[in-house]
Amino acid sequence: MIQPAEPSKTPVLSVEGVSKSFPGVKALDGVSFEVRPGEVMALVGENGAGKSTLMKVIDGIYQPEEGSVSIGGETVALQSPQDAKRRGIAMIHQELSLVEDLSVAENLFLGELPRKSLGRVDWKKLYADSRRLLDRLNCQFSPRALIRNLTVAHKQLVEIARALVYETRVVIFDEPTTSLTDRERLLLFEIIRDLRSQGVGIVYISHKMDEIFELSDRITVLRDGTPQGVLETAETDEDSVVERMIGRKVSHAARTDFRSGEDVVLQVSDLWSRGAFREVSFELRSGEILGFYGLIGSGRTEILEAIFGLRKCYRGEIRVAGERLDKHNPEEAIARGIALIPEDRKENGLALSLACDRNLGMTVMNQWGNLAHPSREKRLFEEYREKLSIKAPGPSYPVDNLSGGNQQKVVIGKWLATEPRILLVDEPTRGIDVGSKAQIHQLLRDLAAEGYAIIVVSSEMPEIIRVSDRVLSLYEGRIVSELVGEEISEESVGRAITGVGELASTAHDSNTSPES
Amino acid sequence: MPSSDDSSGELTSGTRRAAAQPPRASGPPEAGPDPVHQQSQEALHEAEEAVVAGGIGARFRALLGLDSPDFSWTKVLAKQGILLAFVIAMVGFSLASDRFLSFDNFSSVLRQSSIIGIMALGVTIVVISGNLDLSVGSMLSFATILVVDLHDKIGPAPAMAVALVAALACGAINGTLVGVLRLNSLIVTLGMLSAIQGFTLIYSGGQNADITNQSDTWFAFFGRGEIAGIAVPILLFLGLAIILEWVLHGTTFGRRIFAIGSKASAAEYSGINRVKTVFFSYLISAFCVWCAAVVMGSRVMGSQNTVGKGYELLVLAAIIVGGASLLGGSGKISKTVIGVLLLGFIQNGLLLLGFSYWTQWLVTWVVIIVAVWLDVGARRGRLLSPYA
Amino acid sequence: MDKFKSFFLEQPIWAFLIAITVFFSLFAPNFFDIQNFENILIQASTLGIIALGMTLVMINGNIDLSVGAILAFCAVVMVDAQSWPIFAQLGDWAILGAFFMAILAGMALGGLNGFLVWKTGVNAFIVTLGAMIGIRGLVFVYTQEQSLFAMNFLFSDIGMSSVPLGPLAVPTIAILFLVLVALVHLLLTRTVHGRNTFAVGGNPEAAVNAGIRVGPHMFVNYLILGGLTGLAGVTLSSQMGAATPNLGRDYELWVITGVVLGGTKLAGGYGSILRSFAGILSIAILRNGMNMMQVQAFYVYVILGGILIAVLILDKQLSSRKVRLSEQV
Repeated sequence: MIQPAEPSKTPVLSVEGVSKSFPGVKALDGVSFEVRPGEVMALVGENGAGKSTLMKVIDGIYQPEEGSVSIGGETVALQSPQDAKRRGIAMIHQELSLVEDLSVAENLFLGELPRKSLGRVDWKKLYADSRRLLDRLNCQFSPRALIRNLTVAHKQLVEIARALVYETRVVIFDEPTTSLTDRERLLLFEIIRDLRSQGVGIVYISHKMDEIFELSDRITVLRDGTPQGVLETAETDEDSVVERMIGRKVSHAARTDFRSGEDVVLQVSDLWSRGAFREVSFELRSGEILGFYGLIGSGRTEILEAIFGLRKCYRGEIRVAGERLDKHNPEEAIARGIALIPEDRKENGLALSLACDRNLGMTVMNQWGNLAHPSREKRLFEEYREKLSIKAPGPSYPVDNLSGGNQQKVVIGKWLATEPRILLVDEPTRGIDVGSKAQIHQLLRDLAAEGYAIIVVSSEMPEIIRVSDRVLSLYEGRIVSELVGEEISEESVGRAITGVGELASTAHDSNTSPES
Repeated sequence: MPSSDDSSGELTSGTRRAAAQPPRASGPPEAGPDPVHQQSQEALHEAEEAVVAGGIGARFRALLGLDSPDFSWTKVLAKQGILLAFVIAMVGFSLASDRFLSFDNFSSVLRQSSIIGIMALGVTIVVISGNLDLSVGSMLSFATILVVDLHDKIGPAPAMAVALVAALACGAINGTLVGVLRLNSLIVTLGMLSAIQGFTLIYSGGQNADITNQSDTWFAFFGRGEIAGIAVPILLFLGLAIILEWVLHGTTFGRRIFAIGSKASAAEYSGINRVKTVFFSYLISAFCVWCAAVVMGSRVMGSQNTVGKGYELLVLAAIIVGGASLLGGSGKISKTVIGVLLLGFIQNGLLLLGFSYWTQWLVTWVVIIVAVWLDVGARRGRLLSPYA
Repeated sequence: MDKFKSFFLEQPIWAFLIAITVFFSLFAPNFFDIQNFENILIQASTLGIIALGMTLVMINGNIDLSVGAILAFCAVVMVDAQSWPIFAQLGDWAILGAFFMAILAGMALGGLNGFLVWKTGVNAFIVTLGAMIGIRGLVFVYTQEQSLFAMNFLFSDIGMSSVPLGPLAVPTIAILFLVLVALVHLLLTRTVHGRNTFAVGGNPEAAVNAGIRVGPHMFVNYLILGGLTGLAGVTLSSQMGAATPNLGRDYELWVITGVVLGGTKLAGGYGSILRSFAGILSIAILRNGMNMMQVQAFYVYVILGGILIAVLILDKQLSSRKVRLSEQV
């Protein structure tokens, strides 16, 4: 890590003793936080620790009840995100906020398009200014390109370029790597280091410890809205950061609990799906956890969808306990004991406006015939509230009002309710904090021990290593390696991907699509 | 933790709990003593007992949540606003006109509202599933023309059968386009509105149809008949309302409608057959239109080509006033019925007070916007939109 | 060649427009004629002028169902205001006074819709559905269900007038229509307001974060739509020399059909004035051509409904093919 020449000691942004409450919750309690020019300050904490509230205070969305925010030593009262932007604070949101059918340049200067007489856009100035911004980030694409036609990584570059429109003193990154491939991630890190060397203060929010240790100079830890200290990255380690986050010790025993599984319950042979994957064959046994590891676009999620009947395949077959699936729809899959716990809880997992019991009953309804059974739904609710310790006051409480972790439990509950033998789990802990992550990993191990056959798809290697008994690595829609039991390690799994990956990715440069 | 069936009570205990729970509290609520929580439970029990003991007054107070510890008028408005509006309108008209409060008047309002009402029941189901049906007006014209025109040619029963088949065919086309092909329902049914109108005109050659022998046909029963002093259209309307309310809340089909309307992709991931469910929702809508057409044809004993023109919007107006969200996932048959009746009584009351017929449309305008505004406002916790 | 192909794949309305023009030129007698094309432009102008504003509102992600009623109201004001006492001593200039009243009425009603959408946050579909019912009521209350006739024949003469352009006498209304198409097109593609229109519809949250005042922005577009609808009411009533309370019924459906034919997305963020123009023109050509071929007017409804649905299916096919292509490249 190259330290910037002479880091100034005056913080470019500092927050002093800020408190903010919402009805019933004190989200921030006397939090202080600072970023110096030319440093990367990581901000970590579990979900609900107050990170996003703090960022919203800095971004001018919330006004704090106590304490102060100062930028470049001058105390300010920020009223809106625009206000913050004008004073040099730029926020790169997790969800990209671009307008798809406008050009790159128009997005860069959204809300501030240069004007000529009669309200006309000054295109010349717009394109010239945009070109300058893009050049600062070494972007090759044209400012005239439509956002719709860019890759995710390029869109993110546009977001970053947008942050540089004003003379930016602080850039805040909120989980920026979630939807990036490895190569794109490295590119992003280069840009962040570049910004740092230009004297910009960086706030980096992430759940991924490896990134934080790779990138940051200092780490601020939050727990329950209270500060847990600031650590020099070079002088600390992962465990002590996590301990401060969750408030207890972490144990690191090497895994010895690999299970080899019993009967074959799922057999996939020579499965092909257009534009997603090909030649996929594998077996899954009851009592084992099979990990699917691969980059985004490697076909992992698509294979799960195919097994569950949500995606058409034009070749190959799927057998459950020796019998072929022939209808290829979710109804059949559920009836044969398959459950798919999707990655995107709000999109595919829950009907948010409906009550807890209705959501739990959704998957089992097909077995009921034509009449609904409210009493059974209530019983399901009571059963899974106890089993999974879902914190919900009553069966007809809308899921929308539950916390994220509890919503995830409802999703798991509604799938366990179908009494499946095979669990397909897609990114079980994406966007979930460290504490709940461990809980969910334990839950998966327990379920396997009870005899469930489980496939876990993840793009996080530590997760795959922590839960899997066997790992299949995927690259560009193909299974490229199989690792069993003790063979599984960071190196072996990583090698399986990069061995193939480096060759292919140098050939095709920066394209997200696996089939390019 | 005892769970209560009283929905207002549940809302209370929920919000109380969230407020009472400090952010660091761990473990499920039933694990440890939670004084505030218990307290609210006790309050709930007391409220329940009061309801049982106290008769209508207490029942009303419980319905509105007046006894709950964190009572607020916005919540009452959000949940029961339409009912309040209805009560206020009824009381107002009764005071203003002495002819308003009579059995004959009520019966005539109900009879007049029944056609819009019957159509609104079917469309409510489509709306809850997250779609729209703008073709019901044209469909009403088509089915009415068919049943009236064929009545003299092939007899009443076959005429009704043909009209039923035609209506269901239209519904099936809607269902196929929206359900199977997953096209935008607004545009599809807009196109169907135009196409069915065209078919009606082609069929009738632009002529109006009449039933010649009006006094001797049993077909008159549906529009003009009475059972136990109550007009058949009213009975049909209320009967269908009860059946469809049961379909929505007592069957898995109803559960699927709600699930799809709330989040279609989550429903499909749960093994719910979206294609079939959406398809049937449009068949139900078409069936209701057919019922309305039979009542219409039988009452008027004749039909113009454009008899149902604009009905789709009046139907939607009633559903919207009843509080169903056009985004899907929420809505109630009973509230749609109240929406229909509210608009019907407003029309009637205004006429009795001597306003011109067209004043009712102005009032409908205000009612629609105020009703939805209050609903939306209560949901977001402030009256004005957050737009700068 | 590939450019051509992708142009027509992305904007199928042009291919459709050319196809029906060629078809009717071949099979409908008297269709291919300058005079007839002028007629088509006049026939398209009423719906077309409204469609210009509707396109802005729909790119914003909103909709307006009340345009038919607003058109009727403005037409009624236009005809009636000519005989208002305040304009009595103006002579023929009363027409100009009435014109301003009509446009003002349109902007007031459109503005009211926009204001409600802005301030209440109620879905535009519902706001304008209410307005559609209510404003029609207003028209009937105003006219007492009577048709109004313009006493001054100059008013209808203006509607029928034409401007000599070289050897041709082009109808004034057609010229007005084309000029408006050009102006609104420039507004949408060249001005800050126009570009913001895409931003507000395409990603409202991003627009808010970028400091675009979304509410007032929508309000302005409703105001523009109201003004244009008022203008359409003026041109229509001047062609007829009269206004009826039922004027403009179903116009909202035809206008929305034309705009959607032009490829504007209901969800907002995508659309173009020129393509909306092509959509409206297609409807006018279909009506005119079928009339020339002696097809009963009833069939137009069926064909239009069919085309609307076909466009939707085509759009779906094209976009899913695009996705598949990008997966396979």
